[in-house]
Amino acid sequence: MSIWHPTVNAQTSSARWITATIAALVAWILVYSQLVPFSDWVVTLLPVTAGSSLAESIRFFVYDTPKVLMLLVLIVFAMGVVRSFFSPEKTRALLAGRRQGIGNVLASMLGILTPFCSCSAVPMFIGFVSAGVPLGVTFSFLIAAPMVNEVALVLLFGLIGWNVALAYLGFGLAIAVVSGWIIGRFKLEHWLQPWVRDIRSGVVALPTTALSSAERIHEGLVAVSDIVGRVWMWVILGIAVGAVIHGYVPDDLLASIMGRDAWWSVPAVVVMGIPMYSNAAGIIPVIEALIEKGAAIGTVLAFMMAVIALSLPEMIILRKVLTIRLLAVFVAVVGSGILAVGYLFNALFG
Amino acid sequence: MRDVKVLGPGCKRCVTTAEMVQAAADRIGVQVNIEKVTDYAAIASYGIASTPGIVIDGKVVHAGGLPKDDDIAKWLAA
Repeated sequence: MSIWHPTVNAQTSSARWITATIAALVAWILVYSQLVPFSDWVVTLLPVTAGSSLAESIRFFVYDTPKVLMLLVLIVFAMGVVRSFFSPEKTRALLAGRRQGIGNVLASMLGILTPFCSCSAVPMFIGFVSAGVPLGVTFSFLIAAPMVNEVALVLLFGLIGWNVALAYLGFGLAIAVVSGWIIGRFKLEHWLQPWVRDIRSGVVALPTTALSSAERIHEGLVAVSDIVGRVWMWVILGIAVGAVIHGYVPDDLLASIMGRDAWWSVPAVVVMGIPMYSNAAGIIPVIEALIEKGAAIGTVLAFMMAVIALSLPEMIILRKVLTIRLLAVFVAVVGSGILAVGYLFNALFG
Repeated sequence: MRDVKVLGPGCKRCVTTAEMVQAAADRIGVQVNIEKVTDYAAIASYGIASTPGIVIDGKVVHAGGLPKDDDIAKWLAA
């Protein structure tokens, strides 16, 4: 970690960093606007026939890779800056003692804005529940945080379209709100692991220091080096697979298997998605190519949601704090929500 | 001798945090005894909601994400 740490002379340093950020943004826009001519130019350089499968695959790869990586850097940076205003401890304080309903909505939205890492899921779960955040509200947070994330939204926006990205955001939030609300209604606190119920930790007051603008920009850069550093390989791999599908798989091959008329494909892909563990970064480029080849959009989104929100590794982690019965309720409720979204998307964007 | 506890289930960041504390302590010449707390119930009993957390002489000074080197030095010197 050799990233610059802002320390002295915060004001001049902030001004300098804001200027640098604006300059970088302008450079970003200039480069981004040249990506289409760039990919066309690369393809003409190669000894392949224009319009052939190979040429199409290469064009797809050469255009999508820089485009997606650039969008990722921009949005992850912006979210890093936004998240510097939030912390799990602040979110917990906002949610403690909230009633069902409004609490679920608030928790789902904070799930997007609060810095979250799945390795922290269990401490966070216990920290929330033991400090008086209702179980259902805690679940809304835990469902929204991994599912509705900026990486998924960027990729959907960049590769498929803004309307799908927006619908994903809306339905992802809806699943988190409704699932948490249902779990809360059942009053399943007694299905937590006994040792979790017994923790009465109270809340620690951390020393809060206001960050300078330079420090918030720094947080954005840390997020970029952390998140983009982790997912870039998956993005490139996903786009490479997507490029092969794009160039070589015949159009409409998938229409009969994953098309909107195959009603059973939605539950089938949800079940398939659960044991798979990937992140949005690797899976969305493949999804883009699948949609092109006739797969129904609701079906592939249900698949994606199942992979991200109902992953087996996460369940193994949650099993430490939930009894098997509560875990089963969680899977059933979230799984039904994903199914509903799958069918709804197919009906809306068919 | 400062008593430092690094709270975290053993993820990479928690290990890195412990190393950062040791390095900072060596740099400013403070003797530390670092203990990693990995038990979830024990972590939760400190009242934090995100890991890694740092506890110095029984007082929680940090929770969530990697700490800054300068901050660690400040906490250890305090």
